Amino acid sequence: MDKSKLYDILRSLHADVDFEKEKGLVDNGILDSLDIVTLITEINDAYDVELPAEEILPENFNSADALWALIQRLEEE
Amino acid sequence: MSVRLKRILAAAAAIIVLVLIFAFLQALLVPKYMESTQEGAMIAEYYDEPVSHDVLFVGDCEVYECFIPSVLYQEYGITSYVRGSAQQLIWQSYYLLEEMLERESPKVVIYSVMALKYGTPQNEAYNRMTLDGMQWSKSKWNAIKASMTEGENMLSYIFPILRFHSRWSDLSSEDFTYLFSKDPVTYGGYLPQTGVVPKTSTREGDKLKDYRLPETSMAYLDKMLKLCRSHGAELVLLKSPTNSWKYWWYDAWDEQVFAWADEHQVGYYNLIPSDWEIGLDWDLDTYDGGIHLNLSGAEKLSSWFGKILKNDVELPDRRGQADTDDYYGKMAERLNQLKEKNQNEQD
Amino acid sequence: MAFVSFAFILFLVVLVPVYYLVPKKAQFIVLLAGSVFFYAFCGWRSLLYIIAATLNSYLFARWLSSAAKKENGRVEQMRETWSRDERKAFRVTSKKKRFRILVLGLVIGFGLLCIPKYTAFTVSNINAITGASITIPSLLLPMGISFYTFQSMGYLIDVYREKTECERNFAKYALFVTYFPQLLQGPISRFSDLSPQLLAPHDPEWDRMMSGFLRILWGYFKKVVVADTALLAVGTILSDPETYNGIYVFFLLLLYAAQIYGDFTGGIDITLGISEMLGIYVKENFDHPFSSLSTKEYWRRWHITMGTWFTDYVFYPLSVCRPMQRFSKWSREHLGNAVGRRLPVYFATIVTWFLTGLWHGASWNFIVWGLLNCLVILISQELNPLYEKFHKRFPNLAQNTFYRHFAMIRTFLLMGFIRTLDCYRDVPLTFSQWGTMFYAPGFSRLFTEQSLLGLNGWQWLLLGLSLILVWQVSRNSPNDAPLRHRIAARPVAGIVVAACLIFVVLIFGSWGIGFDASQFIYNQF
Repeated sequence: MDKSKLYDILRSLHADVDFEKEKGLVDNGILDSLDIVTLITEINDAYDVELPAEEILPENFNSADALWALIQRLEEE
Repeated sequence: MSVRLKRILAAAAAIIVLVLIFAFLQALLVPKYMESTQEGAMIAEYYDEPVSHDVLFVGDCEVYECFIPSVLYQEYGITSYVRGSAQQLIWQSYYLLEEMLERESPKVVIYSVMALKYGTPQNEAYNRMTLDGMQWSKSKWNAIKASMTEGENMLSYIFPILRFHSRWSDLSSEDFTYLFSKDPVTYGGYLPQTGVVPKTSTREGDKLKDYRLPETSMAYLDKMLKLCRSHGAELVLLKSPTNSWKYWWYDAWDEQVFAWADEHQVGYYNLIPSDWEIGLDWDLDTYDGGIHLNLSGAEKLSSWFGKILKNDVELPDRRGQADTDDYYGKMAERLNQLKEKNQNEQD
Repeated sequence: MAFVSFAFILFLVVLVPVYYLVPKKAQFIVLLAGSVFFYAFCGWRSLLYIIAATLNSYLFARWLSSAAKKENGRVEQMRETWSRDERKAFRVTSKKKRFRILVLGLVIGFGLLCIPKYTAFTVSNINAITGASITIPSLLLPMGISFYTFQSMGYLIDVYREKTECERNFAKYALFVTYFPQLLQGPISRFSDLSPQLLAPHDPEWDRMMSGFLRILWGYFKKVVVADTALLAVGTILSDPETYNGIYVFFLLLLYAAQIYGDFTGGIDITLGISEMLGIYVKENFDHPFSSLSTKEYWRRWHITMGTWFTDYVFYPLSVCRPMQRFSKWSREHLGNAVGRRLPVYFATIVTWFLTGLWHGASWNFIVWGLLNCLVILISQELNPLYEKFHKRFPNLAQNTFYRHFAMIRTFLLMGFIRTLDCYRDVPLTFSQWGTMFYAPGFSRLFTEQSLLGLNGWQWLLLGLSLILVWQVSRNSPNDAPLRHRIAARPVAGIVVAACLIFVVLIFGSWGIGFDASQFIYNQF
């Protein structure tokens, strides 16, 4: 499992954001709904998971760490 | 003073201020009917009458543009008042009469029958012109209830500001001049028209589908008779001498009224065939081509009808009474001034 | 019962004191009774519909939650015996079963909405396409059905997702669906936000009651002074599109923006104001939308609860569902990365906006309106790299006041322009009117009586001043407490402001029969 792939995906969406520090990707309006869908498509593809719609909550998408935790949880199931 | 008392006083003061503002705004926004559409001011003028009357007229334009109380007084000593208003419907006439009979005891009540043709509420604007001028009483409440057209509500009669608030952008100097006091527009309820437009058409009224007078109207006529009799007044029915195709008095209607009058032993005068006897000249005595009489027509009619009335009904001659002499004398004076003014304008 | 009616005001005058006089445990019963009364006032058909919608979502939610409970119980029971794969397989099959229950509930729920709302539209389109002449049924649209259907279906989906507990008490659930202040214009609330507040006990507090009261009055001000005065002018323009074309279409854009803003946000103010008086905080539906710098931002600030509903229950599920993701993978392989990446987003965006348009009304003008919004959003999405480059080149521009105002006005005009579809309710007519705006504006008519659009000078002055006032009040900086809280905290100020608002609404509002002096002209009687 490679967390760096996640950072690559995030940076391809917004090159100018420091994803290691930012904790409010949704709350601060950095990721909008179109970004989130693109992000999910890329994550599903890269990690071979299925991120369902009910997991699209601000607390899962606010930071790279939260996202990483979500991906790991999905892989567990 | 305790805090509680202070608070109560403050609240009371606030309520009084709000009510005063409300009253002021309402007075400002309701139409004054002083310079235009004077028909709206007529109903309220009754309350300023200083004398009581032996004869009361109720009805629509066929009374308030036809009968001049000062003429009836000066020629026959009859004290009278005309409580007419534009398109006065029979239930409005009834409740106006009910209200007047609480205040005075006339010997004769004269109702003009033209409005019998309306059995349902007609027009919101005319309702307002008749009803808003009435002082509050049970009669007013019932008159409103009987008259409201669809979309009207009682609340807007209780607080006319609800009806007229949108006049804020149409306010004129008239609204400020007559904010707290009004001038009389009628002469004992008579509203003069001084123009002359000869009658040219001899056309008759269009055919109707149904010539029966509405049941509602006839029911109110019954009620009106009962009301008059219980107050010791004699009811007299009357059709003014005008007949124009736009407001045609059909023979079938005449027959129905005649039959009713006969059945109830009530006097009914249809004056249409009497126009030559009255001396009406349809080139001179109408201001709108024969639909209504003008001042000169009304003078002729009043003078002629007074004689009939005097003959047929027992009425005291009040001439020589200081208060009525003064009152009707001044009324005649005002009317003369109007005639002179009108003459000067024509010359 | 419309908000602007004596009956509704009387209803509130009775309801609020009763609400606070009954024992706290019965407060929610008062609200429910009030809501049912409110609905019954709109006719028994409306009442039947809302009862059906409530029953449907209540029963399916109960079914879903008991299925989930059974499923979890079984997993718990077999924790020791089952392998991980066995457990997973069980989860998958039972989730499929629950999904089928959900779909059934949704079909019935949305069916209840679609039959009265879209039958006529569908039939007329079938007639137009096939040349058939099926009689178009005329079904009355039950009051508020679009709002409560969405609210109850959102709840059902939340129960399926196990995001929210299922409400077992029918009366308590019914109040969530029928809560009267939001039946007419929304907002669309979430069960987890609204229901606990509806059921909690509330005490009357002066500050909060005053603040809510002021908000109600402010709502009436926006509705009957701002919106209904603007409506007079809008009505003039729409009454005669051939005369009022060209430059007047631009006037329409501005005036209709004022009208819809006043009417819609005013209605929401009344809803939220009533709720505040009752101690219930309903989610805001507007956040100063006309200050948005972009279309996307505008849609985050305008009709917020509808936007989030569509995002959560249509856009996300559609774009991340398995077939869509497979389709995306397939197109990546066959059509290239750029296309494959965009496909789910584009497809879901278009469908969402199509449905948003359709939700607003069953006619093509709303659908075209929705799709045009979608087009603007997708174009600006595609141009995003260009914007970023542009802003890198001029890094201070984004903070520049002039640039910000430019962006704001641009967004306002663009949205207003598309919104005029809503006025004419006729797509070809709207397009031809847009054409005249550019090709035959007819500026020479600008300084003629015609441009007054049937209003007099005083009414224009009133409209102008009210709009300035509304703009200033809504511009409250986010760090400050709302103006009404600050006013309500001081009793004297509260009473004075409330009294002023009452008089202003009473006199300057365009409500009631209206005064037409020509009616009062003596007319031969």
